[in-house]
Amino acid sequence: MKHVNAVIVGAGAAGGIVAKELATAGLSVVLFERGPWYTAHDCRKDDLRNQRVTVLGNAFGPEDDGNPRVLVDSKGNVREILPSEGSYNNNAACVGGGTLSYGAQAWRFMPQDFRMRSTYGAPAGSSLEDWPISYDDLEPFYDKAEHEIGVSGDVSTDPFHGLRKRDLPMPPLPPNKEMDILWPAAKRLGLHPFNVPMLRNSVPYNGRGPCMRCRWCCGYACEVDAKNGSQNTVIPIALSTGNCELRTQSVVRDILTDNRGRATGVSYIDPRGNSLEQYADIVIVSACAIESARLLLNSKSRLFPNGLGNRHDQVGRNLQGHHYTGAAGYFPFEVYDDIGPGVSVGICDYNHGTPGLHGGGMLANEFTRLPYQMTDRLPEGTPSWGLAHKQAMRQWHKRSIIIMGPTQQIPSPNARVTLDPKIRDKYGIPVARLEGNVHPHTFEIGNRQSERAAAWLKEAGAIHTSSMNWSPDTVSAGQHQAGTCRMGSDPRGSVVNRDCQLHDVDNLFVIDGSVHVTNGGFNPVLTIMAVAYYASDALVRNWKGTRFRS
Amino acid sequence: MYFNRRELLLGGAAAGGVLISGCHSAGSTWLVLTEEQARTLTALCDQIIPADDWPSASQAGVLTFIDRQLTGPYRRHRKAYRQGIESTAKLAQSRFNTELAKCSPAQQFEIAQALEHQNPAFFALVRNHTMQGYYGSPRHGGNKDGVSYRMLGLDFPLLRGRAQYDLTAGPK
Repeated sequence: MKHVNAVIVGAGAAGGIVAKELATAGLSVVLFERGPWYTAHDCRKDDLRNQRVTVLGNAFGPEDDGNPRVLVDSKGNVREILPSEGSYNNNAACVGGGTLSYGAQAWRFMPQDFRMRSTYGAPAGSSLEDWPISYDDLEPFYDKAEHEIGVSGDVSTDPFHGLRKRDLPMPPLPPNKEMDILWPAAKRLGLHPFNVPMLRNSVPYNGRGPCMRCRWCCGYACEVDAKNGSQNTVIPIALSTGNCELRTQSVVRDILTDNRGRATGVSYIDPRGNSLEQYADIVIVSACAIESARLLLNSKSRLFPNGLGNRHDQVGRNLQGHHYTGAAGYFPFEVYDDIGPGVSVGICDYNHGTPGLHGGGMLANEFTRLPYQMTDRLPEGTPSWGLAHKQAMRQWHKRSIIIMGPTQQIPSPNARVTLDPKIRDKYGIPVARLEGNVHPHTFEIGNRQSERAAAWLKEAGAIHTSSMNWSPDTVSAGQHQAGTCRMGSDPRGSVVNRDCQLHDVDNLFVIDGSVHVTNGGFNPVLTIMAVAYYASDALVRNWKGTRFRS
Repeated sequence: MYFNRRELLLGGAAAGGVLISGCHSAGSTWLVLTEEQARTLTALCDQIIPADDWPSASQAGVLTFIDRQLTGPYRRHRKAYRQGIESTAKLAQSRFNTELAKCSPAQQFEIAQALEHQNPAFFALVRNHTMQGYYGSPRHGGNKDGVSYRMLGLDFPLLRGRAQYDLTAGPK
């Protein structure tokens, strides 16, 4: 196999961007993706088989056969989990990763989100820390992501966001009915509503048309390709340079190292089942928080008996996603017009600054809902079956609004990814074992967010609200998974440095949500993209011709 | 790859055909269920979503949905269905001395309530699958002609945007 400059593992939000940045800088790149390349024609509008409702399986991988994980809850119960079960904490396995089928909210973290420990102090039992980089360091790269990948929206009425040099490149989509109701209600409460930014074309952009506002949005590949992910932006650019080769349905088994402790490439399994090796000057792991940690832990050798970068037992710790809470409001009039994407109005009034709480999160209305999702979201006290349930479906489907938000999680070192000692996937590779729980302070914040969502709905005219609030006894990661290869300056408390380079191996990088120290009170994808641009920039600057020197 | 996508799909369909014929219960018009099981399950599902101005679960094709899924993603629930339907039938037999399908609607409601307490795991399984069949995508055999979409006042066929796929086509 021909030697190349860089191998990238995972063609998702971050991997696609790194591939494009390195390939356009003239490096030869092989981009590995374990899933296939789907297109807009794979949308299929299937209410029961997508990435959000997975009762009949994941539409965009992984398949249920041969890809288990193991879950340990806080009581110590151990269970093998299928990819289509919620507690698998799946993202997706395909070119584009989660960005093919995501809801595409495009949030910048706030300046305080990078300084959580200095702002609040660390609660007992937590591993709350500051990022080694600031909002200002990332601002140019947020800007680059917004313009290269393509974001619509208008945050000019949000007084809480960090300074930005330019407006978003596209205007927001026209308002839906929920926005017309929720916006004035928020104003009456003294809040600051604004148009949620989205990685979605509202006007023709980047050679593709705008959103047609259908019902099948979050969880689906966009039928008209108006949703912007790495699969329809940066990856095609990377391939068009001629410097990047994309190998789909190829599963990387481990990272190879030489006897001086430097990475030399990866071993992988091609679509025919052959075990092959690809050698490279540098290796970049962009497989998402759970799988990136698993790959490092599975890369054991004489010099690295506990896996790569794991000298201080940090790889896989601080696994976090978001603790979603909110409320459903039930109205005496029709409030739901079934126009996609659904999420339209948000507030950041509650992200920071509540006495006694270490942070908070944004709140916004929910994505368009499919009827099956509504069957368990009826007012409290509705029977779960029978004529009353059917009547309630008719009564409330168009007369309800859900407001939810991602509560910023307080990281815990015990929420972690390890390798299961027994269970292996269909290739014989040890699978990820998820253990630990969400730090309990997160639940306090989530409760308050739920009350706030209910108050907003009541002000908008809801005659009844149900709180959507829970305290799970397992880790929370899901599509927002982050934190397992934390960025930091101290090798004893982090895995990579501020340039996403492993403390232990100077030609090995982790560039994806794994490096997030904290995960903000927002959907994390735009930050993953900004970090990918930021780290690629450093990597290209430090690239010295034929080999990499730090 | 050895195959292109089309060949792979056709191959999968052929393999599926063998599987289906292999488990076809003798004399039954269903893929997995026997006629007797189907009658009992129909009665149960129609208590979970009864008919009013809009069709009941079975009228909207929920039985077709469940039966078809038992050859696919819900193969893992076959045993639960076999045992659960049997316990439902026994319950009807012991209380009303007849099979569930021949009980009056009031008696069927009583059995469904009793089952929810006595066998909550099976009841929850059937309840969820009934909701999926009735409110899910028509392509899986339930929600015939998008009836639940129309009941909820949602466009079907979709008017906004384009509906370029045949939503009533079979599963992948």
